[in-house]
Amino acid sequence: MSDASTKSVLTGPVFKNNPIALQVLGICSALAVTTSMSVSLVMTLAVIFVTAFANLFVSLIRHHIPSSIRIIVQMTIIASLVIVVDQILKAYAYEMSKQLSVFVGLIITNCIVMGRAEGFAMQNGPKMSFIDGIGNGLGYGFILMTVGFFRELFGSGSVFGFTVLETVQNGGWYVPNGLLLLPPSAFFIIGLMIWVLRSVNPEQIEENEFKMKHNTEPKEAV
Amino acid sequence: MAQSNNSIKKILTVAFALCIVCSVIVSTAAVALRPMQQLNQELDRKTNILNVANLYESGMDVEAAFGQVTPRVVNLETGEYSDQHDPETFDGFEARRDPAASRTLSGERDPAGLSRVENYATVYLVGDPDDPEQVILPIRGQGLWGLMRGFLSVEGDGNTIVGITYYEHSETPGLGAEVNNPRWQAQWEGKQVFDEEGDLTPAIRVAKGSGSGEHEVDGLSGATLTSNGVTNMLQFWLSPEGFGEYLAKFRSGVDQDDAQDADVELEAEGA
Repeated sequence: MSDASTKSVLTGPVFKNNPIALQVLGICSALAVTTSMSVSLVMTLAVIFVTAFANLFVSLIRHHIPSSIRIIVQMTIIASLVIVVDQILKAYAYEMSKQLSVFVGLIITNCIVMGRAEGFAMQNGPKMSFIDGIGNGLGYGFILMTVGFFRELFGSGSVFGFTVLETVQNGGWYVPNGLLLLPPSAFFIIGLMIWVLRSVNPEQIEENEFKMKHNTEPKEAV
Repeated sequence: MAQSNNSIKKILTVAFALCIVCSVIVSTAAVALRPMQQLNQELDRKTNILNVANLYESGMDVEAAFGQVTPRVVNLETGEYSDQHDPETFDGFEARRDPAASRTLSGERDPAGLSRVENYATVYLVGDPDDPEQVILPIRGQGLWGLMRGFLSVEGDGNTIVGITYYEHSETPGLGAEVNNPRWQAQWEGKQVFDEEGDLTPAIRVAKGSGSGEHEVDGLSGATLTSNGVTNMLQFWLSPEGFGEYLAKFRSGVDQDDAQDADVELEAEGA
């Protein structure tokens, strides 16, 4: 029982309950950092680290957190972890931290981290919370890597910096799609991914919460 | 349990304890990793200097390659080298805050939005320091979102550009941040800073749209204000307010009287 639930906690968020595709959280950074796969990968690792440990620490002290200040307590823990990650990147992966620039700092505002701390770690034990953090980080990373793959392949003609499609600028044949280097393209790719995921798992399709009313007839408006 | 958790005493204790623990963790990380980060920044600065001089190849030993580069401190007003400061340690960017070592700029004299500029700056000479192949100048100025800092490399004739690079900026990724796109940077090679012989006003600029001629570089599409920022800072740093007097010494055909006039004026001021 325990094993089965550990597995479901870990892998559930990747496809079944993906934080980006189903809960539609953390879109902002998914638009910003997915122009290349290597940057997406570092961002993924950073987010996995932060969600996992934020969940762990929040869960460890969950019985002592006064409910009136629980959000700010979670924020403090998350913010500290993010600063630590930022410092480590600056020391050991300087080039990468320059590319990620403000987006490492913005993990603080990533709703996935906060959402998991508040929604899962406050009710569950440290071990499960830690695994849940890794699982959600992986779910986030799965989307990021997929979006990054398409954006880098069709936007710059390369994968992980290695040229796959020789671009016209470098004397090849491939005309890169400039739109894919701009943040809005990630919206299209994420939208298409949500469509695919919900076609495969029809239970993810949400009921309409309300019905759109017909447009007002011009006659009535006058 | 919930009751006692929400007592004022408990709230204050938890908040205080959490702050202490978190601040210790954060400051430990910051202090412990500081030397490593500074090393990275220093290496990055040197890499950028080599890069702007077209001497950098990925995977090379940066420290060894930096041996052919000689830093010198230049007096911006006279354009002469100065031995007052140690070029290894002198930091012009820090000196701009020191009232004794800097001057204020305002209005038309400050196109790059600097408001203060140092009197001495460090330049990097590639090859023989007495007859350098390249002169690398530090430049900075306001972009769209903030200060942009970088290097401009000029050939030994004091006029032909070798390259430009920015190592610190906060421009929009994908738009203004394209100042560090190698394709855009490649256009700078061979461009001429000054128009006519003897002219001390720089003619180099970033065009709006595609540039033509030997003084223009293509604008960055979607980043007009960043492009303007680049133009402005070049206009400033290459003018007599910046490195103009210094570069004049390398250029042939510059009316030496102009430079001498400037010297005389300064002497008069000094006296």
